[in-house]
Amino acid sequence: MTSAPALVVDNLRKTYGNGVEALKGISLTVQPGDFFALLGPNGAGKSTLIGILSSLVNSSSGDARVFGVSVNRQRSEAMKLIGLVPQEINFNQFEKPFDICVNQAGFYGIPRRVAAERAEKYLNELRLWDKAQHQARMLSGGMKRRLMIARAMMNEPRLLILDEPTAGVDIEVRRSMWQFVNAINAAGTTVILTTHYLEEAESLCRNIAIIDHGTIIENTSMKRLLATLDVETFVLDVAAMPAELPRLPGVSLRRTDEHTLEAEMARSHDLNSLFAALSAHSITVTSMRNKTNRLEELFVRLVEHGRNEPARGGQEQAA
Amino acid sequence: MSNASTNLVALHTIVRREIVRIMRIWTQTLIPPAITMTLYFVIFGKLIGSRIGAIEGGFTYMQYIVPGLVMMSIITNSYGNISSSFFGAKFQRSVEEMLVSPMPNWVILLGYVAGAVARGLVVGVLVLLIALFFTSLHVVHPVITFLSVLLGATIFSLAGFVNAVYAKKFDDIALVPTFVLTPLTYLGGVFYSVNMLGEPWQAISRINPILYMVNAFRFGVLGISDVGIGMAFVVMLAFVTGLSVLALQLLKRGVGLRS
Repeated sequence: MTSAPALVVDNLRKTYGNGVEALKGISLTVQPGDFFALLGPNGAGKSTLIGILSSLVNSSSGDARVFGVSVNRQRSEAMKLIGLVPQEINFNQFEKPFDICVNQAGFYGIPRRVAAERAEKYLNELRLWDKAQHQARMLSGGMKRRLMIARAMMNEPRLLILDEPTAGVDIEVRRSMWQFVNAINAAGTTVILTTHYLEEAESLCRNIAIIDHGTIIENTSMKRLLATLDVETFVLDVAAMPAELPRLPGVSLRRTDEHTLEAEMARSHDLNSLFAALSAHSITVTSMRNKTNRLEELFVRLVEHGRNEPARGGQEQAA
Repeated sequence: MSNASTNLVALHTIVRREIVRIMRIWTQTLIPPAITMTLYFVIFGKLIGSRIGAIEGGFTYMQYIVPGLVMMSIITNSYGNISSSFFGAKFQRSVEEMLVSPMPNWVILLGYVAGAVARGLVVGVLVLLIALFFTSLHVVHPVITFLSVLLGATIFSLAGFVNAVYAKKFDDIALVPTFVLTPLTYLGGVFYSVNMLGEPWQAISRINPILYMVNAFRFGVLGISDVGIGMAFVVMLAFVTGLSVLALQLLKRGVGLRS
């Protein structure tokens, strides 16, 4: 059981009653302890997949196994292993965060005394303990999202699924949420994340699958995926703009305003030679950043490419 | 932990949550039926009843209608509790908290039914206590009284659950009480004996399940009934079984709950 993958999705299909084919036979594997990004444009099938894993959606065919336990055939056993943070707020707004957490534990058969200890622990860790006895509807949007994470932790799942947990959440709250999720991932919990903030996925996740139109169009390690990006654009803030931009081999320089340059170059091109060349032309760089998130650039390319080509739908084992 | 103890904790959690909800909004759940029934006792029992005199078995009209009104409160409150609570959970999507848990469907159903029956019983006791201000009562068959209350509340809890599963908007959970439950209750022998009716109305009344609940309870309290007590329990048990099977099937298929 311990050597089984955290998740095996096997040729999973879902066709809704209105004929919409949301999943077209997808397969993927997530290894134990992984921090896995499940990305895709709106309507790609991510939420359907998560719905099937959490038994909120009935699959049309295929199966998923969580640590070797079939979601279809051993639903109860599989659900014990999963914690779900859904996209939409789905707790009773008139209940108190403490009760929401304790009741959730109760649904998993966890005795009230243990549940109360866990509720205190996770509400504290997610900085909600001072709101534990307030009505949930009084919480801010960010607090509600953190409450759903605390609730999902009540059964101390081996697989935590986060469906766009940071949508509409400010940067400070987002950081504290990731700090918490990183810590539980480091402690051994496998995490699957869907998000539209691709810089989050890039910085947090080790492996990635991209779904589009119900088909997996990419499934690999984050490192390997990012390595396929051959061109990068850097934004350079300069102390003083030269009258004329120098022509540098392998680098295309563009002026965007009187203190900013954009340098587009092959990823094989090293930055030292760029800086040396700029110094030689008396251009002092005061700061530098990536113009766009690398994963975002790849994501757009893959999705657009996928729409112009027949879907692959197969599985590439993540590293 | 064994499955049995896990399920017991889950069941206890739902029942406790339902009872906390009933007590949290007690001005909506407990007070209105008490006020409504007090008005029934004053108007029908005291003012009109005093002019009617003895009705059947030597009982005053007030004594005759008390069991019917208690049962009416129990079934309407059991029904109202489960339909609004479960539909509310669907509406807020908090029902997903249970659907993603390992809890089997029968625990969800039993938990909600137990919560609704609890409200029915509390309201029934309240109404009975109020009735004692207007008349004296002596329970003739305590076991039959209790079982008829339990089965009556269970039947309408299950019916309310089915209603909530199918409901898509709040209007849908008001339709059945307005157009089905209230007419059946009024025509179910709460205020009169069906023996007073001529044919075919007497025969038609006998297909109304509420008639059997009201009369089973009246038999328990006063010792008189328009229907055979054995038949009343057969009808009630048949409804409990049929509605339980239907509710569990709906949960299994995920009607209105899972895509």
